[in-house]
Amino acid sequence: MYALELKQLRKTYPSGVEALRGIDLSVRQGDFFALLGPNGAGKTTAIGIVTSLVNKSAGDVSVFGYDLDRQREAAKACIGVVPQEVNINMFEKCWNILINQAGYYGVPRAEAKRRAEKYLKALHLWDRRDKLSRTLSGGMKRRLMIARALIHEPRLLILDEPTAGVDIEIRRSMWDLMTRINEDGMTIILTTHYLHEAESFCRNIAIIDEGRIIENDTMVNVVRKLKREVFVLTLEESLHRAPDLPGYQVQLRNEHEIEVEVEQEQGLNALFQVISDRSLHVASMRTKSNRLEELFMRLVDDKAESVN
Amino acid sequence: MATAPPLSSPATAAGISLWRINLVGLVTIVRKEVHRIARIWVQTIVPPAITMTLYFIIFGSLIGQRIGEMGGVPYTTFIAPGLIMMSVITNSFGNVVSSFFSGKLQLHLEEMLVSPLSFTTIITGYVIGGVVRGLAVAALVTVVASFFTDLSVARPLVTLSVIVLTAMVFSLAGLMNAIFAKNFDDISIIPTFFLTPLTYLGGVFFSISLLSPFWQNVSLANPILYMVNAFRYGMLGSSDIPIGTAYAIILTALVALYVAVLVLLRRGTGIRS
Repeated sequence: MYALELKQLRKTYPSGVEALRGIDLSVRQGDFFALLGPNGAGKTTAIGIVTSLVNKSAGDVSVFGYDLDRQREAAKACIGVVPQEVNINMFEKCWNILINQAGYYGVPRAEAKRRAEKYLKALHLWDRRDKLSRTLSGGMKRRLMIARALIHEPRLLILDEPTAGVDIEIRRSMWDLMTRINEDGMTIILTTHYLHEAESFCRNIAIIDEGRIIENDTMVNVVRKLKREVFVLTLEESLHRAPDLPGYQVQLRNEHEIEVEVEQEQGLNALFQVISDRSLHVASMRTKSNRLEELFMRLVDDKAESVN
Repeated sequence: MATAPPLSSPATAAGISLWRINLVGLVTIVRKEVHRIARIWVQTIVPPAITMTLYFIIFGSLIGQRIGEMGGVPYTTFIAPGLIMMSVITNSFGNVVSSFFSGKLQLHLEEMLVSPLSFTTIITGYVIGGVVRGLAVAALVTVVASFFTDLSVARPLVTLSVIVLTAMVFSLAGLMNAIFAKNFDDISIIPTFFLTPLTYLGGVFFSISLLSPFWQNVSLANPILYMVNAFRYGMLGSSDIPIGTAYAIILTALVALYVAVLVLLRRGTGIRS
């Protein structure tokens, strides 16, 4: 059984905009799944349909086997969602927001209080529990929304840009939490513009663009499709021009750093051999951009070119 | 920084009975609404009490003394049930329209819409909230009225049933207004241009027997007339219209509004794109 299945899902807004043009998507139970795409690609519309905030034009949605049209309540009981836009009651205390949300899912009050404490502590908001939500910072509001989505301990958690505005330290602890709850069995679907986060945590990925799925595979297979990578090498030597490395395109970034383009079949051992032959010493090395980001840009650009 | 406690495995939420989800959900919505009324009591409870006190001073004590009796009772006593009913109507309506619309505007209504709660539960929760505020204000206005006139309740069951049913009707009307509303102007149009005029012309301050036959017949098209008169019948034992007709009109309005609101929410009108 799949945690989420979309079949030929279509959405045309009254303005005539076709946000989704018949997408098929299956997310396995227990998966950590990335749904990526540029702005306006249709990600949020797809999530809106799954969470019943947007009416679909055609197609089928099932959540853990529950059909969203015929078994709407049972399907919705399985889902927790962190939307892109902040949608918390600004005049309510953090504690009450969580307790109320638990109540909407039938969680008894005593249990709701226990869980509210658990998730407020896990998301570093315990000392803010009695504050009005409007007094929280942007990052805190987003964490409160995550706690709210977890309060009924859903089987499927949908995170739409969960880390926007969250500082690095808290972001790291948030991902620790997400990893743990995923290991405990919760299926997670993530949309994010921080592609390194998607690459680090997600096992499977779909890329959506202009309402169509243009890539859907495991993360490993998708990243493998990247034929060429650019590495930034910091050298111990001081250089005034780019060194000549036969078989590689090299650019000088500054007197200690060079950029080297490496084709997938060339491998890194050969690169280091050539560098050693030039009596250069590498102090450190990093990829110029995230691999998934590179591939994402290429896929979206290729599609734009083919349309033009 | 607090240490994160261990996390249990996720509960199978769909395994919980939908009946229990809706029961707990209903209690939660009612609790939230009552909490909201209490939190902003300066906006929800105090203004109607002040307004009604002014009505009693001006229309009851000052003008009423010159009018003498109406419907066989002192004028202040005559207008008391109407003023109580007027506060119930405006406050039940206002509570639901502002609560639901602010949820739409701030998007936090989505908390409920993504949950497995049925629309029947959501409607019932908001209606109970509206009834609670309507009755709370009614109680306060009754206390105010008792300073100006001797109040008694001739038929308690009629009095209670009419006030609760009327509060339900206008809570549903407020919900319908909030569903269609797109901005703050939209939630003030109905109270300003429809509710207030119909209430003033609904026999709060006068008996329709004072009107010419033509205007009497026109007044009979105003549903608020039936509610005010039925409530007056409960309190004073006299009414301009038959009590059975009043119940029929109130119950018809209740059912029609409930069905309309349910259909609108199921279609996603005003709440889904």
